[in-house]
Amino acid sequence: MLKINNIEVIYSDVILVLRGVSLEIEQGKIVTVLGANGAGKTTTLKAISGLLRTQEGDITRGSIELDGQRIDKLSPEEIVRRGIIQVLEGRRLFSHLTVEENLQVGAIPSGVSRAKERENIEMVYNYFPRLKDMSRKTSGYLSGGEQQMVVISRGLMAQPRLMLLDEPSIGLAPMLVNEIFEIIKKINQESGVTILLVEQNARVALDIADYAYVMENGRVVLDGPADQLAENEDIKEFYLGLTQVGERKSYRDVKHYKRRKRWLG
Amino acid sequence: MNWELLPQSIINGILTGGVYGLIALGVVLIYKSSEVFNFAQGHLLMLGAFITWWFAGADETGEELLNLNLGFAVIAALIVIFLLGFLVERLALRPMTGQPLLSIVLMTLGMALLIEGLVSIVFGINVKPNFPAPISRIEMFKIPFEYQYNGIIFVQKLRLAAFLVAMFLVIVIGLFFRYTRIGLAMRATSEDHELALSAGINVPRIFGFSWAFAGVIATAGGVLLAMLTGASLTLSTVVLVAFPAILLGGFGIFPRGDHWWHCSWISYRNCQDIHRD
Ligand SMILES: Nc1ncnc2c1ncn2[C@@H]1O[C@H](COP(=O)(O)OP(=O)(O)OP(=O)(O)O)[C@@H](O)[C@H]1O
Ligand SMILES: [Mg+2]
Repeated sequence: MLKINNIEVIYSDVILVLRGVSLEIEQGKIVTVLGANGAGKTTTLKAISGLLRTQEGDITRGSIELDGQRIDKLSPEEIVRRGIIQVLEGRRLFSHLTVEENLQVGAIPSGVSRAKERENIEMVYNYFPRLKDMSRKTSGYLSGGEQQMVVISRGLMAQPRLMLLDEPSIGLAPMLVNEIFEIIKKINQESGVTILLVEQNARVALDIADYAYVMENGRVVLDGPADQLAENEDIKEFYLGLTQVGERKSYRDVKHYKRRKRWLG
Repeated sequence: MNWELLPQSIINGILTGGVYGLIALGVVLIYKSSEVFNFAQGHLLMLGAFITWWFAGADETGEELLNLNLGFAVIAALIVIFLLGFLVERLALRPMTGQPLLSIVLMTLGMALLIEGLVSIVFGINVKPNFPAPISRIEMFKIPFEYQYNGIIFVQKLRLAAFLVAMFLVIVIGLFFRYTRIGLAMRATSEDHELALSAGINVPRIFGFSWAFAGVIATAGGVLLAMLTGASLTLSTVVLVAFPAILLGGFGIFPRGDHWWHCSWISYRNCQDIHRD
């Protein structure tokens, strides 16, 4: 469905951030991109959604194709109209607007009738029943988890085929993270929305994803089916925080350390 | 000071103030959507008034110009300024995207001078007293009031009508922002440009609409004032008078419940303090 071919992204004409990133996302799947702070995950999403330009970023090499058509020169609203919506990092919402108004804003680019809009709002309330009771509340005063629900719902209102989620788990309690990720999975299965999920919380992301990429320093350093990556020793140690307890320090640790350096350096 | 003139002044002040409130909305509209303080707002207002006068008014000697019906003339002027608003955004503002805010604001100042120059060349610099009005300027309601000098307050019918029309328009604009999609898109854009873009809103077009609507509001206000005072170049300065109305608007006009009013029109901080529940 979406193919990123070896793109290079430069900010402000000098800062090279992506150094040849290639991703492929299959229709109907959940694909996750893992990586530490500053790896270039958000930049990758903004390259897809066309928002790079507002940050003075440029795709200087490579191409992005949606169903075989290049989209890397299109404006953000045109890309939304083609069915790709990005849910920004940090649960940014229109904090002065009510919950329901936020959802209505989401429906603007789809140009659907008011009746259809109503139907879609009920559909997202089905996924997030909690929002229904708060529909008239000013969204800025909701809790962090509720706000994350609002921004995902707003994304759904555009009737996307592909949703780009940027760290939806950030700053939320583990229980809530599980709840929201369950719902993301449900949205994927029931509505058939393809999902590209950027995360630092590898555990939950690998749990729901079909395929995963690991980014570091503006490059993809590892990729594979999510369940395989979850078994990968490096991923276990550096992303899942699991080390084999009681194992004696040995040459192996040194090797790991080196690998770690390669990854994070 | 003669206190016995105060009641009359208060009445006049309230009635004219209503029109200033409408005019202030135009400035706030552009400021909130794009953070640009538009120094040319008063000049759009003046231009709108002059165009209406040219369509429907008479010159100093009483000779009719184009002699259109006043209603048509106002609508025509509104359309002209609506399109001009779009054009200004497209040709003057958009090329400056990414420039420092100060340059953009100064550009609006330059635009103000340009409009003033063009109007004085095309229409002349003198006041146009024969501005058409639906009610004669000398018709008055006389209200007996014992504390007023002479015991009567005069309420100019035309001024009262201007006040009512202005208030009606303020309410219509409020409903527009509350219930229409484009109004919603404008409120969303005013809060966060990047977020609006990410949600698929065509933000440059929204800026264009802000300028177009601001022009329409300015023209409506300009026509109402010009009916009372005649069209003149100095009409452009009323925006300075409307400025306090901009500040006051945040606190008094609409009570709590209507939070969008505070929040999207006036200031972020007011909103946060007043509406925390
Ligand atoms: N507008 C910008 N101008 C210049 N450099 C930028 C800009 N935005 C991001 N960068 C740089 O690009 C690199 C990648 O940033 P990006 O936001 O894509 O990382 P990320 O993987 O999303 O990190 P995080 O997990 O912290 O969100 C960082 O080094 C960052 O400083
Ligand atoms: Mg990021």
